Amino acid sequence: MRHNPEEAQRHQKSESGIPAFEAPENPDFPFRLLSRMIHFVLLISRQGKVRLTKWYSPYSQKERTKVIRELGGVILSRGPKLCNFVDWRGFKVVYKRYASLYFCMCIDQDDNELEVLEIIHHFVEILDRYFGSVCELDLIFNFHKAYYILDELLLAGELQESSKKTVARLIAAQDSLVETAKEQASSISNIIAQATK
Amino acid sequence: MSGPSLMDSLFQRSLEDLIKGLRQQLIGEQAFISKSLEEIRKEIKSTDLSTKSTALLKLSYLSNLHFQDMSFAAFPALEVLSSPRFSHKKIAYHAISLSFHDSTPVLLLITNHLRKDLNSTNEFEVSLSLQCLSRIANVDLARDLTPEVFALLSSNKLYVRKRAVAVVLRVFEKYPDSVRVCFKRLVENLENSDPQVLSAVVGVFSELACKDARSYLPLAPEFYKILVDSKNNWISIKVLKIFSKLAPLEPRLAKRVVEPICDLMRDTGAKSLLFECIRTVVTSLSEYESAVRLAVGKVREFLEDEDPNLKYLGLQALRIVAEKHLWAVSENKEVVIKSLSDADPNIKVESLRLVMAMVSEHNVSEISRVLVNYAIKSDPVFCNEILGSILSTCSRNLYEIIVDFDWYVSLLGEMSRIPHCQMGDEIENQLIDIGLRVKDVRPELVRVARDLLIDPALLGNSFLHGVLSAAAWASGEYVEFSRNPLELMEALLQPRTSLLPPPIRAIYIQSAFKVLVFCLHTCFMRGKSIAPSASLDNLPAGVSASASYESFDDFSVENGADAAVVHGQTCASAPITKESIVNILNLVEFALGPLLGSHDVEVQERARNLLGFVDLTKPEILTSSIHGKRDSEGKRVETSKIIKLMHDAFSKELGPVSLSAQGKVSLPDGLVLKENLGDLEMVCGDIEPPSSNSFSFGSPFEEEKDGLSFSNLQIKEDNEQSNESTSLLAAHRKRHGLYYLSSGKSEMISNDYPPANDHMSQGDINDNADDLVKLTAESLIPKRKPKHGKPRPVVVKLDEVDEKPVAMKQPESRDDSLSGAVRDVLFGSEDIPPTSSQSNLSNSSKRKGKEKQHTYPHIESKESAAGDGNSSSRRRKDRSQGKERRRRSPRKNDEERKDADQKEKKKSSGRHKSRQRAEEPLKVPAQTPVIPDFLL
Repeated sequence: MRHNPEEAQRHQKSESGIPAFEAPENPDFPFRLLSRMIHFVLLISRQGKVRLTKWYSPYSQKERTKVIRELGGVILSRGPKLCNFVDWRGFKVVYKRYASLYFCMCIDQDDNELEVLEIIHHFVEILDRYFGSVCELDLIFNFHKAYYILDELLLAGELQESSKKTVARLIAAQDSLVETAKEQASSISNIIAQATK
Repeated sequence: MSGPSLMDSLFQRSLEDLIKGLRQQLIGEQAFISKSLEEIRKEIKSTDLSTKSTALLKLSYLSNLHFQDMSFAAFPALEVLSSPRFSHKKIAYHAISLSFHDSTPVLLLITNHLRKDLNSTNEFEVSLSLQCLSRIANVDLARDLTPEVFALLSSNKLYVRKRAVAVVLRVFEKYPDSVRVCFKRLVENLENSDPQVLSAVVGVFSELACKDARSYLPLAPEFYKILVDSKNNWISIKVLKIFSKLAPLEPRLAKRVVEPICDLMRDTGAKSLLFECIRTVVTSLSEYESAVRLAVGKVREFLEDEDPNLKYLGLQALRIVAEKHLWAVSENKEVVIKSLSDADPNIKVESLRLVMAMVSEHNVSEISRVLVNYAIKSDPVFCNEILGSILSTCSRNLYEIIVDFDWYVSLLGEMSRIPHCQMGDEIENQLIDIGLRVKDVRPELVRVARDLLIDPALLGNSFLHGVLSAAAWASGEYVEFSRNPLELMEALLQPRTSLLPPPIRAIYIQSAFKVLVFCLHTCFMRGKSIAPSASLDNLPAGVSASASYESFDDFSVENGADAAVVHGQTCASAPITKESIVNILNLVEFALGPLLGSHDVEVQERARNLLGFVDLTKPEILTSSIHGKRDSEGKRVETSKIIKLMHDAFSKELGPVSLSAQGKVSLPDGLVLKENLGDLEMVCGDIEPPSSNSFSFGSPFEEEKDGLSFSNLQIKEDNEQSNESTSLLAAHRKRHGLYYLSSGKSEMISNDYPPANDHMSQGDINDNADDLVKLTAESLIPKRKPKHGKPRPVVVKLDEVDEKPVAMKQPESRDDSLSGAVRDVLFGSEDIPPTSSQSNLSNSSKRKGKEKQHTYPHIESKESAAGDGNSSSRRRKDRSQGKERRRRSPRKNDEERKDADQKEKKKSSGRHKSRQRAEEPLKVPAQTPVIPDFLL
């Protein structure tokens, strides 16, 4: 995998720049207004590259980059045998590393961290089943599919489907819908029809 | 620009091409992205939906992972959405839920698309549409689509139904009126046998109950059933969350659920469920001793587990228990204290909090001592974490756990010398605050300040500048307690002060001014009151400014006992001789001369003031020292008058000022504020000496001290405030009488604290830990009266500001404001601004007032009956607050009832249904006509 040294450097800088425990509560981040279990999901590679983001609370683009920068700094700098929870701005971020990817989910203080760890594991298992021993490259090239799977799993920040088999079945059904549509679209006659229109 | 040709769409890059290209680009990532964006902008205008959708997909990729703006694609996304093809729809929905927000202009146009898909026969399309709605719903969308969501709530496709349930939460939040429509069906779904649907419903209720639990009490039987029957851990966890909110409200319910929860705790193998049980017990069922014991037993298992996650959560649970059951912490204190040296910073912080929870006034000094030793050895972050928590614990509620302030002040001094210490600002505040509030501690404060000032090494550390400024201020303000003002003078003027930032340097100079005035004053006054020969006789012959400091110290220690006793009199006067004064004056001139050209106004002005004063007094002192005192009596009197004036000006005591002090000053008749500064003289005549010299020391200095920065325009108000503060202070003195300084204090607190940099060996950590274990045990010995050598000194408190307990009530108050907002929205009724609409469900149901009146007192009385036994004090407080509110005014009462109504409305647990029906038709016309009331 290509790895841009500049990028890495920038991340290192931000790492040292962020104090590990910052003041809680920032009015810039208004998510307490909305009730949901998970505020956002992030997948960050070991090099600090973002592989997937899903926001269940409203954030501006600027806030999103800020969140990722801060959390990337905090989480990537944590050693391997530490606990999987980080206090962050009055919220809790539960993360777990699988191979070269960090899966992070942000929850409220009084939510159940272990449950979220299980959700993360669940998500990883489903990805694994879908891609056949998933690796980072799968997620890079099928970024939209990872989303669709996540959407089956979580809705509005709540766990939707706890059965791996069901999720797999649902995704397969939707894939076949997409495939048939694609075949239609790419058939020669279709292209000719387009051209002569 | 013409649309893309057929060739463009044939050879369009796919998402995969884009990703590959991005990974292999040679032109730089940014350049490649902007090139691709250009292509996308072109492609997205294509009439061919396939091309358009691919472009959209690529754009969402760039937006999501490379944070490119995609707002320009809002309309094309809608176009793709209208495609009949599922694959296109999927891409469009993905893009929309990624990029749309409340102010997206085309948001209005999406309603029909969503409605169409919500009614689709393809369950996946419905799902996509729901998914999207959950993300982008605003008031309009929520209102317009409520009927569709309502219909889906009873869809026979479970897949659709569970998603509709999850979306209902968002719809409620955005459009509270929808509660009236959907709530009943939502409740019906509680009976659903499908675990996925049930999980979704319970999830919705657990979120709703977080906001406003009381509303859902009537549903407790249903939740109870789920709790007992459920075999699914996900559901159990959520139901437990609900009960942890409901149980504190209703003792009977708590009594009922405590057994099943304990059973669950005993039986379950799932750690997440176990943890939820523990948390529920410790937060909401803490008055059930046996349950708490069981939970603490499980916590102990967590603490002893290898898994750092469990350890961390165990510590967290302990922290919650600690509020009411301190024994739980002490039972596990070995683990807690061992965790202070864990590898994981989070665990360390958590155990630190627990240790701080064990602090009481009996063991605070010992625990702080051990923690400071930990701090010296830890990494900078945790070191400051420790220092911060010591500072905040000790200063809580106006230093309520501190008995020995002398000890605390020297601890502050010691903490600021720790190499990693970055808490300078907080230490600064506390030093000044204690100086102002606690009279008895001032001698020790001056001693600590001296030790800090005299150390030239500290000046180089920028984190300590705040502490040094506080030290400089204290030694100037309370110079009368100093054993050796001359030494202070030299410390304040030492060459390395050039390392200080100008504002702090100005404080140094001002303090030097005060010290100098004090020296001159004592010298002169002594000359006056006592026969000069007598005072000179007291001095050992060799003592002069050139003598070593040791000799000063020895001397002043001898005099120490009485020196500390009487306010500003004999103290330290002995070593001051004419020669030493002359030396000091020379030193001032030498040190401050260069500062006359300083670029900082403040520094320059202070330096000028001080030098001006020296110019005034120096010739006189020189002559008098040469020719003897009686020679130029006339001039002498003049000089001593100036010195006395200055001394009086500085010796006026400053007290803490209440935040609302300004408000208490009634505007004197005829005083026009902000018009003519000449009026100042009238107002401040009695504060500032009516001297004609141009020293401006009064108000600007107070600004420094309070850490406030007033603009020049505000000086007037400022003066007025100080006027107020002195009068307040006078009143306070009258009220509390005189306090005596306890004798011999300064000797007791000797220098036996180890120097800060004394790194202990690793073995000492264990000693430390043992110490801590022993110490914390003390906190549990109930009410053992400590043998204090001296009574706790008086801490000056101001009425309004200080009495507010500064305790950690933060989360509660936040909840209060939240539910307050909820109430506001409720009564603000129809015109809720779209952004502020919170989750409260229904500003509408104003109908069941009467019924409520019946039920409430009912519950209330039951509560108080059951609560008398062993209900927690906190709950009692809640309840009594509630009652109070109810009593306070009938209008409030009314509001409260309405508040409750809205919940009542939602409970359709059968019991009240008939009455509901009877009453509802009466008020139906008052509701918004748009939504049909499906409940009827």
